[in-house]
Amino acid sequence: MHEVGIAAELVAQLGEIARREGAERIARVEIRIGALSGVDREAFAFAFPIVAEGGPAQGAVLDIEEAPLVVECRACGASTRPEYPFILCAACESGDVAIVSGEDIRIIAMEVE
Amino acid sequence: MCRDCGCGQPDVETRVDADPDGTIHVHVEISGLHAHDHGDGRVHVHEHDHVREHGHAHEHAESDGLGRARRRIELESRVLERNDREALKNREWLEAHGVVAVNLISSPGSGKTLLLERTLEMLRGAVGCAVITGDQSTDNDARRLAGKGAPVVQIETHASCHLNAEQVGAQLERIVTEGVRLLIIENVGNLVCPAAFDLGECHKIALLSVTEGEDKPLKYPVLFHDAPVCVITKIDLLPHLEFDLERCREAVRGVRPDVTLLELSARTGEGMAAWIDYLKRLTERAQRA
Repeated sequence: MHEVGIAAELVAQLGEIARREGAERIARVEIRIGALSGVDREAFAFAFPIVAEGGPAQGAVLDIEEAPLVVECRACGASTRPEYPFILCAACESGDVAIVSGEDIRIIAMEVE
Repeated sequence: MCRDCGCGQPDVETRVDADPDGTIHVHVEISGLHAHDHGDGRVHVHEHDHVREHGHAHEHAESDGLGRARRRIELESRVLERNDREALKNREWLEAHGVVAVNLISSPGSGKTLLLERTLEMLRGAVGCAVITGDQSTDNDARRLAGKGAPVVQIETHASCHLNAEQVGAQLERIVTEGVRLLIIENVGNLVCPAAFDLGECHKIALLSVTEGEDKPLKYPVLFHDAPVCVITKIDLLPHLEFDLERCREAVRGVRPDVTLLELSARTGEGMAAWIDYLKRLTERAQRA
């Protein structure tokens, strides 16, 4: 359940931004969870309101978008979605690939009041 | 309250409120339709939907009905930014001190501590080592690793299932003493959580014992993809198990095709020479850089 720790990181970051922006309350947060981020969507959605309690993000709506894993192949140049969990080019099956998305968890935007 | 977005809008609602300047707002909500009467005869209706555009729908609203302006801030930043910053600090500090750090990650019971015991014994006098070992509780591992010529510190993470960069950073000055060239971080036994936290290491090393399933790399691809080195441990037990070593190698390569695979038994010493050689080369390369 490292989702609790990651949710706490998110809440801390949101609080900092809200302070900087002079906002009192965070109404809504949009995040994107990558398929290879190691973060479970449900566990994260469960943890967020709990760690947000008592701060500016309390009661904030959490919108989670899932980012599929996308790799770019150095062998054939194709940009494909690998057949999870194998991290190989879906076009030519080469393992010489660079991950272009789906590896991390990001804050896309927030709505403040 | 709306179940989907929690915006405080019921299915049907009429709400009247007044701005400080006396403008009257009449809000009418009818199952998804959101209408505002601005008190001057102008009425606009927009859909109250629950997709991403929903935020946009509110951008043109002057207020949320309580006189508070709502605005959208575009960010696109990493959630673990703070940990990443701390990890970068650690990485720079280690580089400046000519130290290579490796982050050992595996399930509990894969043989990390015994491997470390033997490693410290074998590197003694050749490569100066230091160890940070993480567990939820007890300093048993630190005690097992003590007295082998390397400074050892135990981090008890308590409720947490992984080490973070800040915890590691707080120990660096103390643990990396004169002559230390290799810092081995033994993470909390867990294949999921530690993979998400960069500690500032040179790279991660995944360990997998032959008493586990051959397909573990496929079940936990985040870690096995992230680790350019994978060590298969306890190979002395192979004759007693139905563990298909070749299938396991294929699984590791499936998520990390360019992986360096090492197979060893810390108990019998089989394969240890290649592991020690790898660690020596890693520290020598850092010295030259």
